[in-house]
Amino acid sequence: MAGAALLGRLNWQLASVVELIDETARVRSIALDPPEWAGQRAGQHVDVRLTAEDGYQAQRSYSIASAPEDEHLLLTVERLDDGEVSPYLVGELRSGDELELRGPIGGYFVWEEPLGGPLLLLAGGSGIVPLRSMLRHRAAIDSTVPVRLLYSSRALDEVIYRDELVGLSTDSEVDVRFTLTREWPEGWRGYRWRIDRELLEEVAWAPHERPLVYVCGPTAFVEAAAGGLVELGHDPGRIRTERFGPTGG
Amino acid sequence: MMDALDGNAIAGVLFDVFGAEMTTAIGVCAGCGSSRHVAEAVVYARAPGTVVRCRSCLSVLMVLVTRAEITCVDLRGLAGFEPAPNPLPREG
Repeated sequence: MAGAALLGRLNWQLASVVELIDETARVRSIALDPPEWAGQRAGQHVDVRLTAEDGYQAQRSYSIASAPEDEHLLLTVERLDDGEVSPYLVGELRSGDELELRGPIGGYFVWEEPLGGPLLLLAGGSGIVPLRSMLRHRAAIDSTVPVRLLYSSRALDEVIYRDELVGLSTDSEVDVRFTLTREWPEGWRGYRWRIDRELLEEVAWAPHERPLVYVCGPTAFVEAAAGGLVELGHDPGRIRTERFGPTGG
Repeated sequence: MMDALDGNAIAGVLFDVFGAEMTTAIGVCAGCGSSRHVAEAVVYARAPGTVVRCRSCLSVLMVLVTRAEITCVDLRGLAGFEPAPNPLPREG
């Protein structure tokens, strides 16, 4: 946790880019080595700031993809074509460059073991990023909290961390399911439609099992998922949501 | 019409203003009286101004405007604003 010296202040710092990983055609992960990092809680984010030569600054928030236990701080960024920041992060940034950031930020969309479970994680597109941090944290601390993840993407080649997520199923307490909403490979055995009440009924723990729910994705995805869960009888007090949109670009 | 975000998106600027993590704070809407975490509020972010609305009745709760690294905050839509213990306690 942040030391007393950091309380009351979020300091901007320059972090070296250690590694760049292409996750999909539009999504890249950036491994960073911030000089002052007191650790984060799974689900938190950082603010990233770019400064142009003329002094113009653009600032965006990005979820942290790594677990607190991981060696490097990992951000995963989706390129938004009309964005001011993401095209640079996904297309221009090179290994060895420095990136200005501050964090960790946020305390609401966070999972830690004492919060318990069972966990229901619902991701739309790059909404998987903070949920990946929670999954990695859970594995790193050998937690036995049962998890179900439903991850909605348009097509299989847009699924971020695909191999890693599929690999998680070797843990008998982790159930990972995918839905593809636009294109399906031949023989696709996952779901084929946008998140709705029917899909939630298939995937979610029953309301009486009182799952702790984290929903992250574009606004429309989050509204459909959280609204559907409440309609099914889930306690709104156990549903935490995080929405992102074009201003995240 | 731009997509609305939520209060998670303003965690950084609120930390700047209040010197603490505020998205877990409970805001009470002066319009309808509903009480929710700041993270759940509806946020329209269009630099330099950000408008924060109640998720229940869409009344304006807060307006934040940042110019030259100084942020002005108007909290007149909040009838109450209480920091929550951190981390959030287990509910239910």
